[in-house]
Amino acid sequence: MSILVDKETRLIVQGITGREGEFHTRQMVAYGTNVVGGVTPGRGGQFVIDGKVPVFNTVREAVRVTGANASVIYVPAPFAADAIREAASCGVELIVCITEGVPAIDMVSTQAYVKQCGVRLIGPNCPGLLTPGEAKVGIIPGNIACPGSIGVVSRSGTLTYEVIDALTRLDLGQSTCIGIGGDPIIGTSFVDVLELFEEDYDTEAIVLIGEIGGTAEEEAADFIQSYLRNKPVVAFIAGQTAPPGKRMGHAGAIISGGRGTAQDKIAALERAGVKIAKLPTDIAHMVKELV
Amino acid sequence: MKLHEYQARELLAQYGIPVTGGGVATTPEEARRISEAIGAKVVVKAQVFVGGRGKAGGVKLAEAPAEAEQAARQILGMNIKGLTVEKVLVAEAVAYQKEIYLGAVLDRDTQSIVMIASAEGGVEIEEVAATNPKAIVKIPADPRLGLLDYQARELAFAIGLTDGKQARQFAQIASALHRAFVEKDASLVEINPLVIRDDGSLQALDSKVLIDDSALFRHPELVAIRDTSDEPEAEQKAREADITYIKLDGNIGCMVNGAGLAMATMDVVKLYGGEPANFLDIGGGAGKEKVRVALQIILSDPNVKAILLNIFGGITRVDEVARGVISALEEVRTNIPIIARLVGTNQEAGLALLENSPLISATTLAEGAQKAVAASQGTLPA
Repeated sequence: MSILVDKETRLIVQGITGREGEFHTRQMVAYGTNVVGGVTPGRGGQFVIDGKVPVFNTVREAVRVTGANASVIYVPAPFAADAIREAASCGVELIVCITEGVPAIDMVSTQAYVKQCGVRLIGPNCPGLLTPGEAKVGIIPGNIACPGSIGVVSRSGTLTYEVIDALTRLDLGQSTCIGIGGDPIIGTSFVDVLELFEEDYDTEAIVLIGEIGGTAEEEAADFIQSYLRNKPVVAFIAGQTAPPGKRMGHAGAIISGGRGTAQDKIAALERAGVKIAKLPTDIAHMVKELV
Repeated sequence: MKLHEYQARELLAQYGIPVTGGGVATTPEEARRISEAIGAKVVVKAQVFVGGRGKAGGVKLAEAPAEAEQAARQILGMNIKGLTVEKVLVAEAVAYQKEIYLGAVLDRDTQSIVMIASAEGGVEIEEVAATNPKAIVKIPADPRLGLLDYQARELAFAIGLTDGKQARQFAQIASALHRAFVEKDASLVEINPLVIRDDGSLQALDSKVLIDDSALFRHPELVAIRDTSDEPEAEQKAREADITYIKLDGNIGCMVNGAGLAMATMDVVKLYGGEPANFLDIGGGAGKEKVRVALQIILSDPNVKAILLNIFGGITRVDEVARGVISALEEVRTNIPIIARLVGTNQEAGLALLENSPLISATTLAEGAQKAVAASQGTLPA
């Protein structure tokens, strides 16, 4: 089993005819993801990806014709928030926004709207999700993962790949890998994902990859302490050497006003019984000892 | 993007927030003319992006135009923490009875714009938060409707502005500030101090505005007034090439794809006893050209004694990165050892390219970091 995406996922791609959208749709289709359609305003009626995937002008039309239940967004940043709202308004249950550089103000109203629609948003500025052997929604390389029982949740992209790769090399397959995104305002938090992993019968252990900035890791620690007693968690926090006041690439990764340091996050997680890895690649060895 | 004080107050004035009279000057004569127009006591303030300009002598009071000219002459050209003062703000120095604080920030916990007010203005709000958190009032604006009028009034009464007229004016300023925040895509807007004048009216004396860089595409008016004079040349060059580069104090240059992995790479370098010279993220799918610019930027730091290249190819193809580095090395000759750890998409092709190059290869991040640390200390065996 897995969380959020699997063989039943019927995916549409918003921005399918763009450079990123087309490239990654090919990868997702090659992985075996059930991509049922794409949306690019003005390109409705065409078929792309070697004539296999129909394009629609609107998400509403795409959902009506294909019965899609998930959407992945590759549209450029100025239009990404609108794309999220469009998908939410059509009742798409899972919306994954890969786009980087979405203005934060756009996400304030968009996130509120998504919540009101009762659908789930992952991202923006995230690598998406991968349920090995079943579905890839986003840009996580499929070849580094393999099916198994480790749940992976992260705020980062390539750092997550590094960890998935190390797990796979030790024969530790993954139930689902999720990158929740590096922006200040994101649709799904660590706690949201931990809740899902907690309920997922097939997830035996969880890897959490955090970074400096905000208090999402501290909230995760509180959740783990209170509700996640039966599944071991191993964590790594990136940015232990980052100086305060400098934004480390991700809009959300900044130590400001004395909050969001790696030390605080590590202390909170350790208090909750989480094992902390010093090296990102140590994670896999530590998980191996626990399961 | 940061705005200068004079830019921030012009922006707030556009939204109807009462600021003191005055203007910006680049010469002492201009400062004198502004002072003459004000016709009262003025304050002359250095416009530089550093804190503590008052202590450094960058803020002076002047009773008369001649004094303002004199003050501007002293401040213009002054060096404050490495930055040369090119502009001064000349503003009316008003008398007041009390300093308060009003600000707005984008808050990730409530996923909204939070309005912050305090009856204790004039000092750093973080300091008030640390010493007297009860003196700070926070109200999250509705994420879809914005700051509602009643919320603005609640903010006023909560900080003890019980005079009806004064509370009304405060609420108007709070609403205007929120509107400016949203319309200009700010990540922080702060009026500190907002003063209560002797007649009971409110006026903004100093303000700070930060703009969300991701939203600059829809604000050509802000891009046009961007002052990059405090931005080091290397960081400016990086920004133009769409590379995130932050200079640090160590001697091991790092080039990584992805922000999280870049931070983790720095951490691992430190774990093995090294000091990273920089944070550098070439981003996803970077090609040869970007890699070349990134290498030049790293090499422009004279402290760098070794370079660690850590690429986990997902979208990024590692052979492309290897090609970029090798071709860059033909242009930028250097004896600085470069350790390359390349994994992922097109790994074999990438590693084959390294074989006949001066690059030193490493299989894991730990090995790469250890080799980089040894190389930076001159102890890496050839």
